[in-house]
Amino acid sequence: MRKIKKQKIYLLALLLPFIMFVIGFEIGPLVAMIKDSFYADDGIQVTIDQYITIFKSKFYLQGIQNSIVISLFSAVTSVFIAVIAAYSITKFSQKIQNRLLMIANMTSNFEGIPLSFSFIILLGNNGLFTLLFSKIGGDVFADFNLYSWTGLILVYIYFQIPLAIMLIYPSYQGIKKQWKEASSLLGGSTLSFWLHIGIPVLLPSIVGTFSILFANSMGAYATAYALVGSNYNLLSLQIASLVASDVALKPQLGSAMGVLLAATMIGAMWFNERMMRRIRRDLR
Amino acid sequence: MKSSLTFHKVIVGLLVIYLLIPLVGTFLFSVAGKWDHTILPESYTMDWYIELFQDERFYDAFRRTLFLIVMSVGLSVVIMLPTIFIITVYFSKWEGLLQAAAMLPYGIPPIVGAVGLIKVYSDGPIQIAGTPWILIGAYFITILPFMYQGIRSSLRTINAVQLVDAAELLGATKFQSFRTVVFPNIVSGILVSTLLSVALLFSEFAFANLLVGGRFETIQIYLADKLNSSGHLTSAIVITYYSMILLLTGIVLKLTFRNEKNPVVSNKKRIPSFLKKQHCNKNTAIEGEK
Repeated sequence: MRKIKKQKIYLLALLLPFIMFVIGFEIGPLVAMIKDSFYADDGIQVTIDQYITIFKSKFYLQGIQNSIVISLFSAVTSVFIAVIAAYSITKFSQKIQNRLLMIANMTSNFEGIPLSFSFIILLGNNGLFTLLFSKIGGDVFADFNLYSWTGLILVYIYFQIPLAIMLIYPSYQGIKKQWKEASSLLGGSTLSFWLHIGIPVLLPSIVGTFSILFANSMGAYATAYALVGSNYNLLSLQIASLVASDVALKPQLGSAMGVLLAATMIGAMWFNERMMRRIRRDLR
Repeated sequence: MKSSLTFHKVIVGLLVIYLLIPLVGTFLFSVAGKWDHTILPESYTMDWYIELFQDERFYDAFRRTLFLIVMSVGLSVVIMLPTIFIITVYFSKWEGLLQAAAMLPYGIPPIVGAVGLIKVYSDGPIQIAGTPWILIGAYFITILPFMYQGIRSSLRTINAVQLVDAAELLGATKFQSFRTVVFPNIVSGILVSTLLSVALLFSEFAFANLLVGGRFETIQIYLADKLNSSGHLTSAIVITYYSMILLLTGIVLKLTFRNEKNPVVSNKKRIPSFLKKQHCNKNTAIEGEK
């Protein structure tokens, strides 16, 4: 009996490095950030002023609003495209389906700085398409500015689509062929099948994917940084400049905004989790 | 029937073109000589690659990135493997806790993580802010979810708990049963998580830029810095480093399709299941162990 106990202690000792890393680089910084967010600028006085500042400042509220709008917009668009595209993918042979998923997987790695750069050479001021279209005479891109809200959204949608496809594609496997047959035997049209069976079955997965995409773009930093620098008012860019810039260093305010961002993200993830559980209940 | 397949072909075709255009464009740009007003480049050249491969800064940045990756992924394997094994087999009641800790990074974007890390390590007993060491810690946490999911699901696939029970019944020590029975069976699973983590860390920019910046120039920081100078040279960097990521993911896909046990491969947020309790995978052997 004592031997077993002793062995357990040795085993526990092996867990120490993991515990140290988690405390040192995950829990510790998180707690420090939350604590820091309740201090005044001097770092001594305990206060909730930082949060009040954020909610009173037009500038910071606009940053949050911009982040939310861009995330909502890019998530809705990408989910919409992915729902259609993933369905089309399921219509091909297994071999082609695998290839297509491979392309989605491959391009989902193409994000951040390299992606922004790609868009700059394609659609920037001297970009290939920009020049091409002006040469052809079509003024499609005359009013288009990559380094603006529209450009940012375009790039965000690009990196969201492959991810959305990979998240939604598996849920089409849950729709059995027999259901369609049963529905048409009972006199249902294709439209009524999708309205009454297909879409309700897919819905939890669509909503779950949406929340992941939303969180994904709320936290995106590299892409926006490379494209617009600090010229555009986004929550993630604001946090970065508050905690690591050379000019306006306000770590406590940055912490408060970090807490808000993390809360949004964890909320979105939690929501997705709820949705996933629903799928399981529906399908089993 | 036929016309509906055409419709799907068009959709998928458009999608593939849309997804590949930025990549193809960047590649063409990296091998283009003169390319101002034509649809395709007027001349092709390898000059940009030659210039890139003669740039000492590129090699330095590459070496630094490799150093960070080897250190953090190596540490992760060395630490996570015994941790997950011990908790799964001997302390299964703590599995929920381990899972929550391992999945939490999904909910915290680097930009938020960096805020806390700067706070903790810029003063106090351990001052490593601005050094590569803080990045290694941050990266360890970044890849935690992949390492956890990869190792945990390989252990589940081989029924590690029963295997260890059997081995111990036959007289093996705990370490022996791990080394000779469990480990050889999960090597390829670990390899997959390792390669995915490497690919992920290659593209990591937020932590690197906020925690260390120009003081320890990684490949991504080098890239961000070059962004405003020569477009052709930058394309060459993007293509070079992206080919490497492709190679890595290619190996991962090969390995995964061969195993066929955990088919969906993505180094992205798959289905974050943190906060989730382990209901389904506890088997009776573990229950008896308590």
